[in-house]
Formats: sequence, structure tokens, C-alpha cells
Amino acid sequence: MTVDLNLVGAKGAIAEAAEGKWGMTIDQDICTGCQACVAACAMENNVAFVGEEDAGYGRTQHWIRIERFWDGEYPHVKATPFQPMLCQQCGHAPCEPVCPVFATPHSPAEDLNLQVYNRCVGTRYCANNCPFQVRSFNWRDYHIIPELGNMVNGTLVFPLHNQLNPDVTVRRRGVMEKCTFCIQRIHHAQDTAKSEGREVEDGEFTTACAQACPASAITFGRVDHPESLVSQMAHQERGVKHLEELNTLPRVTYLKEG
Amino acid sequence: MTASSKYLSGAHEAHDAHHEEDPKQYLMYDPKPRGEMNAMVMESMHTTSWKFWVVLGVLSFLVVTCFFFAWGYMIDEGLYVGGVMRPAYWGVFLVNTVFWIGISHAGTFISAILRVFKAEFRRPFTRAAELMTTFGLIQAGASIFMHMGRVWLSYWMFPIPNARQLWPNFHSPLMWDLLAISTYVLGSTMYLFLPLIPDLAMARDRSTGWRKTFYKILALGFRGTEGEWRHLTVAMNFFAFAIIPVMFSVHTIVSWDFAMAMRPGWSSSVFGPYFVLGALHSGMGAVAMVLFVMRATMKHMDYFIRKEHFDALGKLMLMVTFAYTYFFFNDYIVQWYGGDKATDNLLHWLEEGPMAWMFLQFVFFNIVIPPLLLWSKKVRETPWLLALIGLMINVGMYWERYLIIPVMLTINRMPFTWKLFQPRLEIFLTIGTFSMFLLFYMIVSRLIPLIPVWEVQEGQMTHSLRKVGKAKLPTISEFE
Repeated sequence: MTVDLNLVGAKGAIAEAAEGKWGMTIDQDICTGCQACVAACAMENNVAFVGEEDAGYGRTQHWIRIERFWDGEYPHVKATPFQPMLCQQCGHAPCEPVCPVFATPHSPAEDLNLQVYNRCVGTRYCANNCPFQVRSFNWRDYHIIPELGNMVNGTLVFPLHNQLNPDVTVRRRGVMEKCTFCIQRIHHAQDTAKSEGREVEDGEFTTACAQACPASAITFGRVDHPESLVSQMAHQERGVKHLEELNTLPRVTYLKEG
Repeated sequence: MTASSKYLSGAHEAHDAHHEEDPKQYLMYDPKPRGEMNAMVMESMHTTSWKFWVVLGVLSFLVVTCFFFAWGYMIDEGLYVGGVMRPAYWGVFLVNTVFWIGISHAGTFISAILRVFKAEFRRPFTRAAELMTTFGLIQAGASIFMHMGRVWLSYWMFPIPNARQLWPNFHSPLMWDLLAISTYVLGSTMYLFLPLIPDLAMARDRSTGWRKTFYKILALGFRGTEGEWRHLTVAMNFFAFAIIPVMFSVHTIVSWDFAMAMRPGWSSSVFGPYFVLGALHSGMGAVAMVLFVMRATMKHMDYFIRKEHFDALGKLMLMVTFAYTYFFFNDYIVQWYGGDKATDNLLHWLEEGPMAWMFLQFVFFNIVIPPLLLWSKKVRETPWLLALIGLMINVGMYWERYLIIPVMLTINRMPFTWKLFQPRLEIFLTIGTFSMFLLFYMIVSRLIPLIPVWEVQEGQMTHSLRKVGKAKLPTISEFE
């Protein structure tokens, strides 16, 4: 009987799998903090609009966010590079083992962290255990809050529903969600390639955030293919991984000088 | 030998002086005839003043509005009516859960551990403490379900066979929690029921009407034959020993919900014993409060619950306080010494952030003040003062859980998300759980004897003052 060491979690096997399959690089040196990725991600993945009050209280649903930091006290403030933060698709993810109902399993095929919306019961343990704090919870049925609707002939209609992406679930309240690396695009590309009898080529498709980035700061692709653009970017000297000391094996590499 | 020679040689005054100071007064050397004592307990159950009904009415109103209505509203609207958000994904509901499980520990501790170790002062208040266990666990369970995003699907956490062969994840500390708490609920309820059987039989024989039917069903036909007593004793011993490891494991596992997570301030290997001691700390305080209220409001209770019992309970509280203090310093100082950057941020934030008042109150209420007061025998023997210390400890322990869950969650490794938690609807639901606990307690105080009469009588039979010449000697014998 053979045992899949990746499933068992043996350390040697994890180190081997550290590279992952799909990966991303984000160049913080050229990121302008324009939030185009945030908007594109929300369009692509049906991320809900939560309104001003809830957003101010810390309930934004965004799967990617631009973190902004600064150095020093007020008069002598120096801005540091913008830091887009999204699910790092950890190879050894802390969110996975803590779910009591297996709503956040690891996909062996894509080597990504999946979130099964209709299995989630909303204990929110995964979000607590995520060191990157990138999971967002549906505190409310944000897609049908009355503030978003227009009253037409006595019924509420929601114009924003016209832009929903049919390939992606609209999540209801009480479930966790997070960045999927646009898994619907991955599957679409794989299906197309399969029907044409070939492999998926590098750069054939990309995630919504990478597609929208005007500065091309985000690169997406196969990190296990050494010749792909994303692998070459990731192996530059500037490449760092966030919170590497926790050994969660993130698949996103940040490029930052010095 | 010196002690007994004092009795033998003592003059009459010396004996009287000794009688005043006799440290073993909690053995209750003034036994009453069994019939009279049974009648006292029955009367304490039947006597209700109008004040009782007023309090009952207020509590019922609070339970209906703050528990059922508020929870229903939250299920209907979604969790956004509460204060939970990023980064404090867990809030007051889990604070309540941990708090109520903590309260529930005192019951098992007093009735099982003290029974196993044959600590005689436990006899009159084991029942009161066990009821706290059961009712506390009901509130803890309810709080867990309140906390869930989709509570209507909570049965997915149980290993129920299904067509898709989906199984719960036994790697998750929440699953361990669920199993540990449900085991504890079952075990402690059975352990509450077993010593209750003789008292129910006693009540059955002394009541009429619907009460008679009620007790008849619950007493399971207990007649008090020797065979029945032997079976009952064996079963109680069995459960007393079995429930002790369950009790320790439950709060250790609850602490693992936090200790297993990768959060600064949570990932601490001492959390298991720290939480168990914290539970005993708050539980003892709650027992002191309950005993004070029982003594103040119910008839004939000053015969059963005496200041010597409060004294003994106070000593236990003092001991638990010291043990708790050790683990408190162990937890915080080791984390500080570790020098992890995120933990450092957290500790600084606790001591000088907006929640510093809570941290200071917690330290003073739990660690500084109780030992300073409980040293004094006078304080220990004053019921209202001991109840006040109990209240203080419980407030402090509530703050401790509040600090560990929403306040520690505020500080994480991603400074961009730091945000202070503010409770919203949780306040009402907390009032609701507290009211429900008190309501259950008040209803049950009219239905079952809060004093385990047979245990008190057994104690008085085994402990007596024997006359040796002119002096009286306390004798302690044991059954079996």
C-alpha cells in the first residue's frame, strides 16, 4: 500500500512539494496601489459590496486587499511600498486542519486550498488560524441587502446582479470565502487545452487581478515549470515570502528591493 | 495524642471553649431526627414568597427577549448584528462558552473529587454544585451554537452516516471539543441524577398530587433496600471516578481550541492546566455565591449550610487562587520571555492599549485581592463577603476569557487588519444566557431537594460526638 506523504504531512514530502503547482509573484516595487486588482477580483468572483458602515468596521469581503504602511511619526512620514495581500494558497495551510467539517480541504489536483461554500457551517476557525488574515466571512446576505436595491413598481431589484459572473457561486450568509486563484479560469483553460489535445501554455490565461494590473505587477502561472515567467520572476534575488518562519509554504512570492 | 489528652483532662470551661473553636463544626454534630430533617427540606422546597415569583417573572421575560428572540433575530438576519468582524472572528459567544464551562467545573470538582477524597464538608452542597455543572453546560452548548454562522447545519459536525460519505474532520480541535463537551454533559447529568434518586424517593413518600407523580417517575421505584443502596453506591463510585478525567480533559480540550491555533498569545503549551485552574477558580467563586443566595433566600438553609462550610470553601478558594496565580505568571512571563515580535506587540497592547483597564481588573480581581482577603478566617466565615469575593473572581475570570478571545485576536501578524472588537447584540444574548441559568436554578429549587438529605444524614451518622467521661470526643468513622 502506498501512502501519499503530502496527505499525511510528513516533513520531507512537504519540503519537496514546497514549490507547488500554480503560483504568483507580486512586484511591490512597481505596484502603484491603484486598487484595480481589488475591483477586478470583485467583478470576477462575485465579491459582495458591503457598504460604508460595515467596511469601516472591518467587514470588507475583498479577496485581495492593498495594505498601506508608513514609517515614522507624522511630520516625517515615509511611505513604504504597497503590499497587495491575498490568499497565499499555502502548501501547509493552517486553515485546513482546523475545520470540523472539511469545508476547507487541500486540492491534490491543483495544489490549492479550496473552500467548499455549501459544506461550510461558519465556525470561522480557519479565519482565526490564518496568519495572513485573508479569509472573509459573509456576515450577512450582502448581495440582497436593501441598500443595494432599487424600488421598481413596488419590488426591490438589484441592478448589481446583472454583472454577476455565472461561473462563480454567489455566497450566502454564514459561510467563509477566500481567494481561489480564479480556479474557474484555471479549469476553463485546462478544459480548452484538453479538447485541443495539448497542455496549458504559460501565459495562456491569468487571474483577474493579474489581468487588471496596469503596472503588470502581478504574474500568475505554473511555479513548477522552471521556464515559465512566474518561476523566473520568483527566483530573482528580490523574491521573499511572507511569514516564512511559520513554514506554511506560501505560493505567492513578493518581489521587493532591499 | 496531645489533642485527645486535652479533651480528657479538660475542665468543663475548657471543653466549652474548645467547642466554640472546634474546627470540625461542618460535620454538623447536632443531628435532628430523620423525619424532621426530611420535613425541613420538603418545606424549603414548598415555601415560596411573592418575591420568588417576581424574580421568576423578570427572568422569564429576559430569557424570552434576550435569549430566544435575540437569537432568532440573529439567525434570521445573519451574524452582522453581532460585533464579530475581521480580525476578531470569534467574539463574546465563545467567551460565554468558556466561562460557562468554567462554572460547570466547580460542580464536578466539589462533588466528584471531594467525594472520592472523602472531604466531609462537601456533603450539604454537592447537589447545588452539580446543578451548576448541568445548567452551566447547557448555556455553554447554546453559546457554541449561537456562534456558528449556519447553525441550522450544525448537525454536519456529528458523525452521521450519509450518502456522500462525508465525515467530520477529527484533526480539528473543534471536533475534539464537541466530543469532550457532549461526553461531559452526559456524564455529569447522570452523575447529578444518581445521588438524587434517594432524595427523590424521599420526596415521593412525602408529597401528593402532581408532585407525587413527578417524583414517582423520577425515583425509578427506589425503596431503599440494601441491594438498591449497594447498586447505587457502586454506580456513584464508578461515575465519580470516571467523571474526574472527563472534567480535566474537557477544559484542556477547550483550551486547545486556542493553544493549537497559530496566533500570538494563544499558541501556549501551558494553556491546558491554566484553563483548568481558571475554571476551578471561577467555579469555586460561583459556588460561594450560590450558597450565599440559597442560605439567604431559602427556608431552613442555615441549618444545613453553616459558616464553617463557607470557611472550608474559602480555604479551597485560597488554594486554587495560588495555583491559578502560578499558571498565570507561567503563561504571560514565558510568552514575554519568548520575545516573538507579534507576541510582544500583543503584550504591549494589553498593558497600555484601550483594554488595559480590563487586564488590570482581571489581575487585581483574580490574583491580587483574593489571597489578601481569604487569609482571614473572619472573612472566610462571613457568607456575604465570601460571596462578594466569588463575584469578584467571576468578573475577573470573565474578563480573562474576554481578553483571550476578542482582545487577543485584535493583534495578529498582519498589522493592517488590527481592529478593536465591540460587542453589539452579544450583550443581550449574554444577559439571556445568564438569565436562563438563574431561571433554571430557581425552577429546579422548587422541584428537587437542593440539599442531598441522605448524604447529610449519612455524614451525621458516621461523625458524632462521643462522651468520654465529662468530655466529648469527635469520632469519625467510615462506611464500608
